[in-house]
Amino acid sequence: MRIALFATCIVDAMYPETAKSTVKLLERLGHEVIFPKAQACCGQMHMNSGYMPEALPVVENHINAFDTDDYDVAVAPSGSCVASVKHQHPYLADRLGKPELKERAKAVGARTYELTQLLVDVLGITNAAEQLGSYFPETITYHPSCHGMRSLGLGDRQLDLLKTVGGITVNELPEADQCCGFGGTFSIKNADVSSAMLDDKVKNICSTGASACSGGDASCLMHIGGGLSRTGAKPKTLHLADILASTMEETVSL
Amino acid sequence: MTQVFLGMPAGGQGNLFESEPFPKAAHRELGNTQMRKNLRHATHTIRDKRLKVVGELPDWEALRDAGSVIKNNSMATLEERLLEFEKNFTARGGIVHWARDADEANQIVTDLVKATGSTEVVKVKSMATQEIGLNEHLETEGISAFETDLAELIVQLGHDKPSHILVPAIHKNRTEVRDIFLKEMPVVDPNLTDEPAKLAEAARAHLRKKFLAAKVAISGANFALADTGTLGVVESEGNGRMCLTLPETLITVMGIEKVLPQWEDIEVFMQLLPRSSTGERMNPYTSLWTGVTEDDGPQNVHIVLLDNGRTRALADRFGRTALNCIRCSACMNVCPVYERTGGHAYGSTYPGPIGAILSPLLTGIEVEENGSLPYASSLCGACYEACPVKINIPEILVHLRGEDVDAKREKHKLPTQMDLLMKGGSWALGKGKNIGLLEKALPLGRLAAGKDRKIKKLPGIAAGWTQSRDIPAPPSKSFRDWWSDEKESK
Repeated sequence: MRIALFATCIVDAMYPETAKSTVKLLERLGHEVIFPKAQACCGQMHMNSGYMPEALPVVENHINAFDTDDYDVAVAPSGSCVASVKHQHPYLADRLGKPELKERAKAVGARTYELTQLLVDVLGITNAAEQLGSYFPETITYHPSCHGMRSLGLGDRQLDLLKTVGGITVNELPEADQCCGFGGTFSIKNADVSSAMLDDKVKNICSTGASACSGGDASCLMHIGGGLSRTGAKPKTLHLADILASTMEETVSL
Repeated sequence: MTQVFLGMPAGGQGNLFESEPFPKAAHRELGNTQMRKNLRHATHTIRDKRLKVVGELPDWEALRDAGSVIKNNSMATLEERLLEFEKNFTARGGIVHWARDADEANQIVTDLVKATGSTEVVKVKSMATQEIGLNEHLETEGISAFETDLAELIVQLGHDKPSHILVPAIHKNRTEVRDIFLKEMPVVDPNLTDEPAKLAEAARAHLRKKFLAAKVAISGANFALADTGTLGVVESEGNGRMCLTLPETLITVMGIEKVLPQWEDIEVFMQLLPRSSTGERMNPYTSLWTGVTEDDGPQNVHIVLLDNGRTRALADRFGRTALNCIRCSACMNVCPVYERTGGHAYGSTYPGPIGAILSPLLTGIEVEENGSLPYASSLCGACYEACPVKINIPEILVHLRGEDVDAKREKHKLPTQMDLLMKGGSWALGKGKNIGLLEKALPLGRLAAGKDRKIKKLPGIAAGWTQSRDIPAPPSKSFRDWWSDEKESK
């Protein structure tokens, strides 16, 4: 397949390794990966902050970049950005009275996948060690990000895949389904509540004894990692794409 | 008379407003460690109970779909449903009153009570009467209203405000309840302990006298059935049954959105409501009444149909499903924000996720007092997942944020920091080459991070982030540049 990578703005600018890991995984499976360079961002920050007219150029840019015949499916290492592409883009077009844009948004959304959705549902990956050569000899815990879990209905896809990585130990995270408190600009507009939520997430991660907390969204991991770092806690954060891409030969270090 | 449409229907009044911006109220409430402990315990207990009883039903998702469809249909034909209800309720001897807003409803109820000559009324727990501030209004008219639901009684005796729509005293633990009883009940055992059974006994003794003496009762309603003209109240303590059957006069105040098309519909809602609210398969008391039954129960039966902003909410095509709410409170029980701030932080009668959309939809978002409510959510979606009638609360929250920003845009001439950030972001993230250009500056961020590769302090509105979180040093090169260098040049 010819797969278009939607890197997402945060991974592009702050976590390029995660995008490289995504490319590696798909190439390892024999697929061709392209990176449409017109892409920038899904516009979720603007929409979730209520700036709808300001979100429009961002959303239009995404749709223009991905509404092409140049690829089979698009993939992003993020549940949240994919949920935005699938659900929020049609809403914005509808709200701003752009029926044609809405149809194009729906068409792009229909062939955009979150990474584990693509791996499990489309490419049939059920065992990361055997099918992807994944190897990561560490004890980790896993935080299921809200938008992937609830808006995309990922269920246990991410966790189940992580559990099949060679050499890994996965310790269950208490109250895993509770939001980490990020929520985009929620973390600055309601910084106190957000911090209280983060505080509980950090405590729960530390209670697992894991050396890293993994997940499928770089933004939530940046939030959780920022809290762990501030409190001087030991665990690091690592995107699941980086763990899946890690092999016996090229093992990712924490 | 033909009504001419003169623009947006009027906004709701009464207890529907923030008393201060949510972040400020939340800051204060977060400091109340006793309240947070009580709330955490209570919400987690109800969550577990709900999950257990919901899990017993193999057709739970189909029931949620049915609830959602019935409500949507009812709302789409609201005018016909209400007129049909009025016809049938009247035919059975009931009297229907229409109230445009809180003031009209309060006045109607006051006049009805005064006409009986009574200066005391007993009350069944009701959100609609909280919303319009009926108790306070009656007091100014020389009428004493006695709440008979145990938790409402605690709130009333404690001169407090409800903080949850189902368990209004959720912020109090039993020791605090005992202290309120000892201080406020006219006749009480001075050796009262904080044992739940003893507290319930004290309340029972206090209330029994009120039930037997009351000539007038005021209730809300969980639903009205259009095809039969029936009203229904769902409750747990039996206080409702006493209020609905013992007095001579019964006055019900109900929001117009509570009407359901037909009798059969309660089959769906009686499965959804108790499981979602108290986590029980069935609530202990369900009372249904249709007009007046000769020589049995109240002989003067009234209903006040309340708009108070509901027509306005109905006019919002992206927000109107908020009116489908059956006041079960499942959304607040699962909400991580509500769990930490409690209900008082929301100001309005309706707290939690549903309150954050319903209050501004009823009053209109351009009423600035409610501008901060739609932001009181991390958009985690736990509320939508729990809602028995599938109200997509996160989507409506985002929609209302858009309404808020648009409303403020018209009012304020000077842009805020957030306005500027979003305008800049619109340019930066609106083209691949623009973000690419900015990413060339990533090494500067590395410089700012210094030796330990962490950014610990950000300026302006971003300071909220660094109050409890670091930002990692950015990479030296973006993925975009890596791709150009490594993939395209080869």
